Amino acid sequence: MDKSKNKKKGVKRRKFLKYTGASLALMIGGTWLARNPIRRTIYASAEVTIGPYPGDTTPQLWLEVTPQNEILLHSAKVEMGQGTFTGLAQLAAEELEVAVEKIKVIHAETISGNLDLFATGGSMSIATLWVPMREMAAIMREMMRSKAAEKLGVAIGDLSLMDGVFSAQGKTLTYGEVVEGVTEWDVPDAPELKPKSAFKIIGKEIPRVDLHDKVVGAPIFGIDATYPDMLYASVVRPRLVDAKMSNFDFSEAEKMPGVVKIVQEHNFVAVVAESHVEALSARKKIKFDYTPNNTWNLADIKEKIKVGTGTKTIIQKNGDSPKDIDGEGEIIEMEFRSPIGAHAQMEPNGAVAWYKDGKVDIKVSTQVPKITRDEVAKVMGISTDDVNIIPTFLGGGFGRRLHTPNAVQAAILSRAVGRPVKSFLDRKQEFQNDTFRPPSHHIMKGKVSPKGELLGLEHSIASGDTLFNYTILPKIANSAIRADIGSIRGGSIMYDGIPNHRAVYYHSDLPFATSFWRSLGLLANTFAIESFIDEIAIKTNQSPVELRLKNLTQEDAHKVRIRNVIKAAADKAGYTDEVRDGVAMGFAASIDAGTPCAQVVELSIVNDEIKIHKVTAAMDCGIAVNPDQVRAQVEGCICMGISASMFEQMDLRDNKLYPVNYGAYEMALMRNTPKEIDVVLVEGADFAGPVGEPPLGPIGAAIGNALRRLTGKRLTELPLKVG
Amino acid sequence: MKITFTINGTERSVEVDGDTPLLWAIRDGLDLKGTKFGCGKAACGACTLHVDGQAVRSCSYPAKMAEGKVITTIEGLGGEALHPVQQAWKEEVVPQCGYCQPGFMMATAAMLEKIPNPTDEDIDNNIINVCRCGTYYRMRKAIHRAAAIASKAQ
Repeated sequence: MDKSKNKKKGVKRRKFLKYTGASLALMIGGTWLARNPIRRTIYASAEVTIGPYPGDTTPQLWLEVTPQNEILLHSAKVEMGQGTFTGLAQLAAEELEVAVEKIKVIHAETISGNLDLFATGGSMSIATLWVPMREMAAIMREMMRSKAAEKLGVAIGDLSLMDGVFSAQGKTLTYGEVVEGVTEWDVPDAPELKPKSAFKIIGKEIPRVDLHDKVVGAPIFGIDATYPDMLYASVVRPRLVDAKMSNFDFSEAEKMPGVVKIVQEHNFVAVVAESHVEALSARKKIKFDYTPNNTWNLADIKEKIKVGTGTKTIIQKNGDSPKDIDGEGEIIEMEFRSPIGAHAQMEPNGAVAWYKDGKVDIKVSTQVPKITRDEVAKVMGISTDDVNIIPTFLGGGFGRRLHTPNAVQAAILSRAVGRPVKSFLDRKQEFQNDTFRPPSHHIMKGKVSPKGELLGLEHSIASGDTLFNYTILPKIANSAIRADIGSIRGGSIMYDGIPNHRAVYYHSDLPFATSFWRSLGLLANTFAIESFIDEIAIKTNQSPVELRLKNLTQEDAHKVRIRNVIKAAADKAGYTDEVRDGVAMGFAASIDAGTPCAQVVELSIVNDEIKIHKVTAAMDCGIAVNPDQVRAQVEGCICMGISASMFEQMDLRDNKLYPVNYGAYEMALMRNTPKEIDVVLVEGADFAGPVGEPPLGPIGAAIGNALRRLTGKRLTELPLKVG
Repeated sequence: MKITFTINGTERSVEVDGDTPLLWAIRDGLDLKGTKFGCGKAACGACTLHVDGQAVRSCSYPAKMAEGKVITTIEGLGGEALHPVQQAWKEEVVPQCGYCQPGFMMATAAMLEKIPNPTDEDIDNNIINVCRCGTYYRMRKAIHRAAAIASKAQ
């Protein structure tokens, strides 16, 4: 009762900005029927702009002080490994004047009203909460301060605050003692935030707040969640793409041991049984027919995803296409491809639901608690107030949990059997029903003057949906924005010094679900652009580092930051074009969500296999709230990028997606990981910018560029294979 | 059938079909959730635990084979204090999402029993689990650190 969350009447109006406008929604509204130049401004700003935090930043929704002197941070952002919980705790602790260990970060349940209107993703958690989180903590601190003064009977100005303890005239009060018995609070306006020079906790390499739980194997994930008297379910999911399932026959499945009920409701069929294994075994006995609409093979997909096919949108237009540029020069053209990519996150998707008396509680690993809540309410025909999504830690996100229909299914199943139900996909279902990274096709065209100067550069991309498959977007988004902002991420040319530079996007629909995959189009688009730039450097006998710097001429902040990062990576690695003792270096750079990153890969070929020895990465995310965890994200992106660039690809044969498990879906393992990853953090901005995805940009191109210098052969298709 | 074994130092019984993977008998039967489901085909290693001191991928290990054996899971790896592997994992701040980490720590602990001071090549050959967040780089450092902690303790 005496929790500080309970704000009652008598409260002053706070003035600080409440972000209710969703940048994306505004963007779509504003673009409807817009002209192409406006659209291009949007594409450009999507690459460098950090929008407002899309949710409520009322301090009482986020921060709670208990009489036991515990500070709870109810996070509307979920923790999927990216370290957001630790970063938020640091931001709050800085203004609350407490040690980070005093703050316990937990997921905000949707019933609390603390909702992120969109998702945890896009590297935007710390970036968008950089100011609001500190403001909320500062307001909370001042609320405490005025109540402490009142309780101690001293003037506010006489109070000092250290380590969460107020003191004046020899008397002290902890935060916990301040909140005890208080039911009404004065909420002040946001006080001025600490200047960077006064930071004590921001910028410090404290251990992750979830470190201990993750080292002892604590039951923190969605798949670990339970309810008393719980049953287990397995949902039938299609093995074929673009096919209808019909004529279900449950006769054999019904006879299987442990089966409680076979449910056919909404748009799915599931077995509910006493145990997970029994549910799984019985589900496999359900018979049904498939009616494919069309036959699909990988060749059909390649035919569809092809520059020149699909809806064309010019996403960047500075000057002419290389073929239309006047004057002497050679036109150079190259073609690149990237495959269908699986998320392969370690925790399969699922949910645990308990439907009782018209209300439902759902524990689930999701990147979209609010959207999931709304979807459950709509399908179940109940109010959103009667649905409580209780987010758990995620066993990997990477965009795979931006749509979690398993929550709806578990809720329906719980209602059908009158008991709590846990429903999870098996691994084969995960691989066959993933929301894949769409494949891509790229044509790079350049015009080079006789002196070796780049006169023009054009990047043409063909790919499928990422953003447009996102359930929150209205259908009109597709025709309004036209170019899928996810697929084109990293697709524009950052080299402003090239007099003519353009990017064109061709969009085609695919017969299987595609969506966000960590960094979206960035990996493939950077692979195409940066491989081509490297090839131009070789053709014109220039240093690839100098060629890049020479073509980044503007003095605006972004370009300065890109230049600095390029120099930092090249210097730290001691970049050279020469192959030394069988080891070659490859260089590449990109800018994503306003964060530039450059990487140098050092590799050789051992027994016909690519062996990456070292990766040097320079990145400028501005202020690193926790430099150790920023480095962890860079290392993780490099490993995931090596995996995607050298091993991963899905196949499609007769409407079936392959492979269907780890191992067969080749991924980088320990032995493929470089022994050395050297991360240089350049602090070129006075805010905390995006971190979790930008370092995925350069890695594929850097590997390809090193291989080109080692073997003389340019590889143009991901995954990169030698021998 | 009733299957009895010693798990994390305590004798326990589970009542399951003998072919039920040991993973589910432990996770749902004994409510020890530290051992994770990843693939169900012994391909990723998320479910690694120890049976009589050997690293076993429990998603593909029938529960009936555990009868009378000694099982250790992540919950029992360290006993009172953290195991050197867990200690090293903490010091190197290895986990990101954390889901695969128990399997890696169990695989590492089993390897260090056989190879107390592994070379990088030993690590490459023996630690073949899957981590999607890409924490391999820190894991390698943690494995060397764990070996050092363990040898100092002896």
